[in-house]
Amino acid sequence: MEGFNITTYIIRRILLAIVVIFGVTLLIFLLVHLIPGDPAAQMLGPMATTESVARLRESMGLNDPLPTQYIRFIKKALVGDMGRSFRSNRTVVYEISKRLWPTIQLAITGVGIAFILGITAGIIAAAKKDTWIDSLVMIFAMLGISVPNFVLGMFILLLFSIRLGWLPVMGYGTLRHLIGPAVSLGLLYSAIMARLVRSSMIEVLGMDYIRTARAKGVPNRVVFYKHALKNSLIPVITVAGMYLGVLFGGTVVIESLFSWPGIGRLAIEAIYARDYPLVQGVVLLIATVFVFINLIVDLSYGLLDPRIRYE
Amino acid sequence: MIISINIIENGSLKFVDKRHWNKFKKRKINFVALAIIVLLVIIAIFAPNFSPYEPLAQDYEKILLPPSRSHIFGTDNLGRDIFSRVIYGSRITVQIGLFASILACSLGLIQGLIAGYFGGILDTLIMRFTDILLSIPTILLAIAIIAILGPSVNTLIFAIAIASMSQFTRVVRGTVLYVKEYTFVLASRAIGQGDLNILFKHILPNILGPVIVLATIRVAGAILVGAALSFVGLGAQPPTPEWGALLNEARIYLRTAWWFTLFPGMTLAVTILSINILGDSLRDIFDPKTYYS
Repeated sequence: MEGFNITTYIIRRILLAIVVIFGVTLLIFLLVHLIPGDPAAQMLGPMATTESVARLRESMGLNDPLPTQYIRFIKKALVGDMGRSFRSNRTVVYEISKRLWPTIQLAITGVGIAFILGITAGIIAAAKKDTWIDSLVMIFAMLGISVPNFVLGMFILLLFSIRLGWLPVMGYGTLRHLIGPAVSLGLLYSAIMARLVRSSMIEVLGMDYIRTARAKGVPNRVVFYKHALKNSLIPVITVAGMYLGVLFGGTVVIESLFSWPGIGRLAIEAIYARDYPLVQGVVLLIATVFVFINLIVDLSYGLLDPRIRYE
Repeated sequence: MIISINIIENGSLKFVDKRHWNKFKKRKINFVALAIIVLLVIIAIFAPNFSPYEPLAQDYEKILLPPSRSHIFGTDNLGRDIFSRVIYGSRITVQIGLFASILACSLGLIQGLIAGYFGGILDTLIMRFTDILLSIPTILLAIAIIAILGPSVNTLIFAIAIASMSQFTRVVRGTVLYVKEYTFVLASRAIGQGDLNILFKHILPNILGPVIVLATIRVAGAILVGAALSFVGLGAQPPTPEWGALLNEARIYLRTAWWFTLFPGMTLAVTILSINILGDSLRDIFDPKTYYS
C-alpha cells in the first residue's frame, strides 16, 4: 500500500480490536438466546409458576426485540454490569473478581516457565544445530507439544505428589501448590516457544548481515547473542502472543484437575450449574484479555522492527 | 516458490509426486508414527476382536487390581478391564479426530475459498468473523457451544469443528489469494470459464497441500481438545470408555491405582505424538512458509 504510515496502522489495528470485541459480545449474547428453553424458566427452576416466569421475563426484558436486548446488554457491559449469577445471585463481576487472582498467578508463572525454558532450549538447539543436543531438545519439544496438559498434570501428581511426596496433591495457597499446575500449563507452551526460537534463530543466522559480521571478525559469541538473538526474537513474540490462547484455554482443564480456585474452574462450574450469565462473563473476559494482548504484541512488533511495512 | 508445484501429467494435476515421497522416506520415525496410526485405526474398527473383556462388564471381585497377565492394564474401580476400555476408547478418539477435522476443514475451505476468490465485502465479513472466532481460545469456544447443546460425543465433534474451522479459513484464504494470480488461472478466466469451474478445477487442487498439512495437525488438536473436554465432564459421558473420560474417573484413584491413570494417559499421549510427527513431516515436505501467515 502506498503512503502507509504508522499512525494509520495503529488506529486501524485498534479499530479492528474493537470490532472483534463487539463481535465476541454478539456471540456470547446470542449464546443465551440459542439455548433451548426459556432463560427465565431456567433461572427459576422447575417449581416456578407460569406467572412468575412471565413476570421475570418482563423484568429481564426478554420480551423486547433481540436488537433492543443486545443494545441493552452492551450498554450494561460497558459499565461493567454483566448481570447476576443464577446460582449465587451475586453479580457476575463479583464472582469473577473473587477468582481472578489465582488464575493470574497461574498464568504468569506458566508463561514465565514457558519463556525461560522455551527460549533457552531454543537457543541451545539453534547453537548446536544438527548435533545430538539439538535432536534431544527437539524430541523433548515434540513430547511437550504432544502430551496433553492434564495428562502431564496427572503424571506430575502421580510421581511428585504421591510417589515422592514433594508436592501437595491439590489445592491453593502456598508456592508449592503453584508448581504442579504451573508446570503442567507452561510446558506445552515452552515446547512451542523452543521450536519457534530455534527455527527463527536458524533463519536469522543464515542471513547476509550475520556473514558480514563474521567476516569483519566479530567474535562468534557476540554475533550469536547480539546480532542474531535480538532479531530472531521479534517474530517469536508475535507467534507467542497468538499461542497465549492455548495457555488460557489450558487453565480451564488444569484448574479443575488441581482444584485451583481460578476462573477456568469457574467456567466449568458455571456450565454444570447452567449459570449462563457467569459463562458469558468468563468467555468475554478471557476473549478481551486475549485480544488486548495480541493488540499490544502487534503494535510493539512495529516498534521493535522498523522494517515492517504495515498494510 | 511458496506452493508446491504440481506436475501436470496426462492433462491432470498430480497432487503428490515422487519428490514428496523421497522426502518422507528420509525420516525413519515417520514410518513408526504411520504404523501407530494405522494400528490405532485397525484397533478402532476391530475393537471387539482385540479386547479380551467387555468394556462395560463389571466384576466386583476384581476391583482396582494392578496389571497382571489376565488384565495387562489392571482393572478399574468397578472391576472393568482397563485394557479393553482403552481399546474401545480408540473408536471415539478416531471418530472425534477424523470427523471434527473433516468438518472443520470443509467449513473452513468454503469460507476461505469465497473470501479469497471473490474478495470485497464477502471477504471482509468472513475474515472479521474469523478474527472474532480466533480471538476466543479453541477450548473455551467449544465449551460455550457445548453449554448450548449439552454434552455428548456428537456435540463435542460439532463444537471442536466450529471452534477450529477459522484456522482453515485463514490458511485457505491466504493461499487462494496467491494462487488466483497464477497465469493459468488468469488464462482460464480470459477464455471465459465460470467462477465455479475455476474454483474447483484450478484453485482447489493447488491449495490442497497446505490444507492437508493443517488437517493432519488439526486431527491431533481435535483429539487433544476432545479428551480434555471429556476429562472435565463436557464430552463423552460415563460409562462410555473415552480416554479423557477414563482419566477423569481415574482422578479419584490416583493414590491407590497408578495404572488407572498411566495406561490411558500414555495411550493418548502416544497417539497425539504420532499424529504430530506425521504432521510435522508433511509440513516440511509441502514447504512451510504459507501455514503461519
